Amino acid sequence: MTDRAQFDEAGLNPGDPLPILPGHVSHGRFERVLRAGHFAISTEIAPPDSADPGEVLRRAALFDGHVDAINATDGSGANCHMSSLGVCALLTREGYSPIIQVSCRDRNRIAIQGDLLGAAALGVCSVLCLSGDDVSVGDHPEAKPVFDFDSVSLLQTVKTLRDESRFLSGRKLDLPPQLFMGASINPFAPPYANRVDQFAKKVAAGAEFVQSQYCFDIEMAREFMARARDLGLLEHCHVLMGVGVLASAKTAKWLKGAIPGVHIPDQIIRRLEQAEKPKAEGRAIAVELMQQLAEIKGMSGIHLMAYKQEEWVGDIVARSGVLQGRKPWAPSHLHHSKQTANA
Amino acid sequence: MYRVRLWSVRHSRKMEWLYATFNPMVVKLLRGTVKVFGNKLDKPITAVEAAAKGFFFDCKMCGDCALSKTGMSCPMNCPKTIRNGPCGGVRENGHCEVKPEMRCVWVAAWDGASRMKDGDAIKNVNFAVDHRAKGTSSWLKMARDD
Repeated sequence: MTDRAQFDEAGLNPGDPLPILPGHVSHGRFERVLRAGHFAISTEIAPPDSADPGEVLRRAALFDGHVDAINATDGSGANCHMSSLGVCALLTREGYSPIIQVSCRDRNRIAIQGDLLGAAALGVCSVLCLSGDDVSVGDHPEAKPVFDFDSVSLLQTVKTLRDESRFLSGRKLDLPPQLFMGASINPFAPPYANRVDQFAKKVAAGAEFVQSQYCFDIEMAREFMARARDLGLLEHCHVLMGVGVLASAKTAKWLKGAIPGVHIPDQIIRRLEQAEKPKAEGRAIAVELMQQLAEIKGMSGIHLMAYKQEEWVGDIVARSGVLQGRKPWAPSHLHHSKQTANA
Repeated sequence: MYRVRLWSVRHSRKMEWLYATFNPMVVKLLRGTVKVFGNKLDKPITAVEAAAKGFFFDCKMCGDCALSKTGMSCPMNCPKTIRNGPCGGVRENGHCEVKPEMRCVWVAAWDGASRMKDGDAIKNVNFAVDHRAKGTSSWLKMARDD
């Protein structure tokens, strides 16, 4: 079953903006899905090491009909790839709902504010504000780290541009960028007791949705959500909990060791070690986690990160059943309905 | 000094008291000084502040001191200079992802704030620093602002 209400307004060009609904901040489909109360799925596209636009579209097509939004990472892990803005611009032309990730590592406030206007002009409707990984962990450790902002002051900046229609300098904008504002959370790293306070700060700074670091510990997720609910944060902000797809016990151990902030309980690693087909087991774990997370009161969706296993996203989403038969919009739907109309 | 910095966070309650007691006096004194000497004594005053806060907090003289709002843990010691932390990369032992030998500045900050009378100030959102203020004295700023 498709949610027709969300597609019918699309213009001839799939990249045309949708009207902003009452109470909404953006033209975007992702905000519509969340505010309509649907359980949403977002995922990540790995920007190519290439100037080939076709490669971006091929990678995005793997998610068609399975996800509501696609995060375009911004030099993730401090490694150089095609820019988030470039990827997003290619995706909006096709009508996709990309989320532009903006990290504070590489650009100062002049560059970032300019990029936010540019992104909105290119049809980007959602932004994820991140501090970013340090340059020392990436492939250009000799680069100068910028960090003019942190994720919270970046949120404040987007809010200033959007709601006050001005630059930080005070100079007025003729047309503000209508961006649905997001941030990241990590309930699975110290200081555990204060992670919800940190979330509260991001909500206070303007976050309307958050996506989390990998969740492999359902109990911690439950506890975090209960505390967020008690603080009333879920009334202002949608939470999409992060789910990862592990390829093997070796990958799991590497992630746990090499990526600070990733918490993988030993029982998950044991399951992968004992499995006859570790890859299939990794997908089964993801499916189970998605189902368990969807049961948690107040959860708005899943942020599915299937790095190098993107072709399995559709299968994992379908098996989890968390969309309850809802089929997210994809460019092919539009082409299909146009053909039917012409026939 | 790293060890003293950790000590200051452990004794954040005491440091808060010291700050609340002596800061108004220092500011008052400096206000008088500024009136008489203008900016002639800025350099030595700044040097004294840098030395004192450097010893206790590894102060980086950002010119926009947040210590009383960050559990007496100077946020400029964070490799990403995050003013509203921590980031998502804190190690399981509470140490920094970039400098594994260092306790996360923001793990320390929330810890220090939990002992302070006005520790809840850490929950307020801080905007990015004004980079023009780097190397200037926060004390003189307070003396001149009033």
